[in-house]
Amino acid sequence: MIEIDWYLALSAVLFTIGLVGVLIRRNAIVIFMCVELMLNAVNLTLISFSSYHGDVTGQILVFFSLAVAAAEAVIGLAIILAIFRNNLSVDITKVNLLRW
Amino acid sequence: MNYLLDLQSFLPGIIVAVAGLAAIMLEAFKKSANTSFSVTIGGIAVALLFAIQSLYGEAGTAFSGMIVYGGVGAFGSVVVLLGALFCVTISREYLRDLDLHNGEVYGMILFSTTGMLGLAVSNDLITLFISLETMSICLYVLAGLMKNEKIGAESALKYFLLGAFSTGFLLYGIALIYGATAATNLTEIAAAAQPTFLFLCGTGLLFVGLFFKVAAVPFHMWTPDVYQGTPTTITAFMATAAKSATFVAFVLVLTRMLPSSEIGDWQSVLQVVAILTMIVGNLIALAQDNVKRMLAYSSIAHAGYLMVGLAAGNEAGYAGVLYYLFAYTIMNAGAFGVIAYYERNHGLDFTEIDSYAGLGFKVPVMGVMLSVFLFSLAGIPPMVGFIGKYYVFAAAVQAGLIPLAIIGVLASAASVYYYLRVMVYLYFKEAHKEYSLKTPGFLFKWTLILLAVLTVYYGVEPVLPTSSLMELISSYYTV
Repeated sequence: MIEIDWYLALSAVLFTIGLVGVLIRRNAIVIFMCVELMLNAVNLTLISFSSYHGDVTGQILVFFSLAVAAAEAVIGLAIILAIFRNNLSVDITKVNLLRW
Repeated sequence: MNYLLDLQSFLPGIIVAVAGLAAIMLEAFKKSANTSFSVTIGGIAVALLFAIQSLYGEAGTAFSGMIVYGGVGAFGSVVVLLGALFCVTISREYLRDLDLHNGEVYGMILFSTTGMLGLAVSNDLITLFISLETMSICLYVLAGLMKNEKIGAESALKYFLLGAFSTGFLLYGIALIYGATAATNLTEIAAAAQPTFLFLCGTGLLFVGLFFKVAAVPFHMWTPDVYQGTPTTITAFMATAAKSATFVAFVLVLTRMLPSSEIGDWQSVLQVVAILTMIVGNLIALAQDNVKRMLAYSSIAHAGYLMVGLAAGNEAGYAGVLYYLFAYTIMNAGAFGVIAYYERNHGLDFTEIDSYAGLGFKVPVMGVMLSVFLFSLAGIPPMVGFIGKYYVFAAAVQAGLIPLAIIGVLASAASVYYYLRVMVYLYFKEAHKEYSLKTPGFLFKWTLILLAVLTVYYGVEPVLPTSSLMELISSYYTV
């Protein structure tokens, strides 16, 4: 039996990788993938806690979070497509009309 | 289990959701945006009646404790529905001129409102998360309405990426709180909570997610860009209804999940955020030359005043926050409405302050109303904005947070400069060239007049012997 600490550590590491990715990458699609990584890291945390507590609430929340992530992906890719049509690029450093 | 009773307690949300489906279907099969518009107005109005009715009913929880009804939740629902109603009534003319008038817009507004209604009554972190996401995902779509304009797509992208990013924090916070207490229900969490490292981290992350949605400093960077790149009446919807819903959820989390100070000193955190938000929001607003962007920074500053009420952490503070949300919804929807009116005559760049020179005399009623709304936003009596500020700052003084109240009043005084600046341009500057303004439509004009009348009425109401709104709100916290 692997202890819960390891699962939590793994999901914390995944969350941090996603977080750093959002902050340093320049491609909108890669940033979006990093956000998805963060959400999935949280799902892992929820499942570990759910199993640790012997309580299903956490697993139910995971289903909701998957559905939300899917809805977000639909909208997100559509927005990135709109950006690509306007700018012919998904580089977020070129999306800079609005500032201050 | 009485499922019928459960459904009845969330009736406004159900009505709005059904109206949303109807609006989308009508657009798909009848291609008539006007029918969708009527359905939207009807749906929101009926939901509003039920919400007002439940204001005076008893309070409790439904759906096995997932939501609350009556009391705070009912008041939040009323404010959200009012914001949505006013934004929809002023949207039709404006969107027609932008050539964006189609039924899907109303569908998205209604689905988003459903999310907000859920958020305003959430008694469980799962409800809170799903409602917040229902609201946000529809708002991402609405932010990108002008998808063929570069700034429209840009604002949608910024809102989406940062919003999804903050969702990650919110959800991680929920997961850690769940891990620490084995519960997601707010009152069960309060019963099981210990100030462990896990619980404190979780609550902190949950707060980060909520701070982001209400645009509190230092999580405000998306606000001006999104507000500027979104069609103005939709911006009004985001700034009023979305913000109110999130603040009501914040009040519910603070009162139900963190009732005692033994599980972390969150009031201090809120104080720091309130001070930062008020100072940064007001200072940057001083330097804005675009009226829409100025209002975006002003909405950040108003989030700061609301945070003062939350930081006070007493009954008067929470009641003050609720009253302020009502006041803010009325006056801000009105201000954005008048700006939308000026803008739709001349296109998107007509929000620069220079172009407002001499406009006040063109259509006098619009100029006067913009002045009323801006006076109210600045907190000058006898407008509702003053009463709202008075309640939150008085609560802070009552809680012994005198420095916080002083900073708030000073920041509010500084804000008078940038609101009055717009009026100086409206009335005391010569126009560079002659503009012709269209006559406002019937619905548009009378919605704004109603908002202006409410702004003044609720500014004098507290001194009348029939004063009732604040007493009603206070009754939720004294029982």
